[in-house]
Amino acid sequence: MKYADEFRDPVRARGVLAQIEEAIDEIGATADAPVYIMEVCGGHTHAIFRYGLDKLVPEGLEFIHGPGCPVCVLPMARVDECVELAERSDVIFTTFGDAMRVPGTRKSLLQAKADGADVRMVYSPLDALEIARRNPNKEVVFFALGFETTTPSSALCIQQASQEDLSNFSVFCNHITVPPPIKALLDDPHMKLDGFVGPGHVSMVIGIEPYQFIARDYGKPIVVAGFEPLDLLQSVLMVLEQIRSGRAEVENQYSRVVPDDGNPVSIAACENVYEPREKFEWRGLGEIDHSGLKIREEYKRFDAESKFRIGYGKASRIVPEPEGCSCSDVMTGKIKPPQCAQFGKGCTPEMPLGALMVSTEGACAAYYHYGGARPELEPAQ
Amino acid sequence: MCLGIPGQIRSISDYERKLALVEVSGVNREINIACIMPEDGDADSLIDTWTLVHVGFAMSRIDEKEAALTLELLTELGEVQAEIDAMRAAESAMEQAT
Ligand code: SF4
Repeated sequence: MKYADEFRDPVRARGVLAQIEEAIDEIGATADAPVYIMEVCGGHTHAIFRYGLDKLVPEGLEFIHGPGCPVCVLPMARVDECVELAERSDVIFTTFGDAMRVPGTRKSLLQAKADGADVRMVYSPLDALEIARRNPNKEVVFFALGFETTTPSSALCIQQASQEDLSNFSVFCNHITVPPPIKALLDDPHMKLDGFVGPGHVSMVIGIEPYQFIARDYGKPIVVAGFEPLDLLQSVLMVLEQIRSGRAEVENQYSRVVPDDGNPVSIAACENVYEPREKFEWRGLGEIDHSGLKIREEYKRFDAESKFRIGYGKASRIVPEPEGCSCSDVMTGKIKPPQCAQFGKGCTPEMPLGALMVSTEGACAAYYHYGGARPELEPAQ
Repeated sequence: MCLGIPGQIRSISDYERKLALVEVSGVNREINIACIMPEDGDADSLIDTWTLVHVGFAMSRIDEKEAALTLELLTELGEVQAEIDAMRAAESAMEQAT
């Protein structure tokens, strides 16, 4: 397999790798006592596996795959509620493709659709708005999930619906935020984390300020990174250089896309429409304080939770994880995906058992697709 | 889902709702441009510029070189096809009768 083109500039990639090696040596990290760097974002996880970066870096460096794939951290109970909503005869249920394949206790949304529910895959919440305009006699529910990157889109749609007085449109809000789970992981005494590669597109919206607590309160470096293989390697190097020199700061490697202050229009829309929940449940991680968003009172009539009395905290039932699934151990970096008994057997991207297998941003799916190969850096032309 | 896809703004389709026709990898689609509106409100000045599009919303302006690099990356990750498929699926979802 030739990865030369994919690194765009193999000379630079090799140079950065040599520097990473040097930093690892100086820090004194080894295979038995590695430096643990968590890439928070699922997009980064996908890129790391796609380009085999985990195999290119020296042994004294271990990537821990973070909780940054929104589909992967979606608890079964939320999927069950989606199915319940979708099965109502007055509802057109809309959501993104990946969300349709997450297994619920009874079925996924895709199975609900096959069984006759009106479930529609949309590209954007804008499409759900349009479906609501075209179907005034139906309740159109948009299942909103995702981190800060997708939150502005549903916030702006709710504002638009409010302007148009589109009373048959509502949002089932399951948006989550990145900083709280990072804090929860840092507070977990079993987690070994030495630094973070921060999610680039989340910061495009919220800026880099919300990560200050990582450096200030926990003394760990975080570098907001782009998605090119070279971006990732460079960011890893920046983290290592901080560790080497005893610094802990928030740095921005992706400044060509990420302004330090984020996007003010998006931030304003999100603050106008949403407020933090006291806590929210994450698959594999449990409940985390202030980690989810809910729709403010002012926009209540567009809130599917109050319209249909369904959603987080409304039911007391606990939904267990499927039998034999080790998602929570993978999620917290305790085991690697192939160490799960179901990996590649009872759980494949075609027939996912756990959510980490659903999206290409999930660690299990990424591992399944790109597992084995160690990339070669070809000599430069 | 969390990776943006580059698109080039072709025309402004709805000034009031801040919507533009954006070409994303050969497919034209209506995109919300509220988050990248210039401070003076001149939407037309956005025509021909490149932007990173997330689930139908332009989230940041990028230069042409960054757009090309990102498209190449997304192609290799298999994300470009996924985005185009999603846009097509959405079109039929909107047209579907109840
Ligand atoms: S292989 Fe499947 S069941 Fe096992 S941890 Fe991964 S997603 Fe969960």
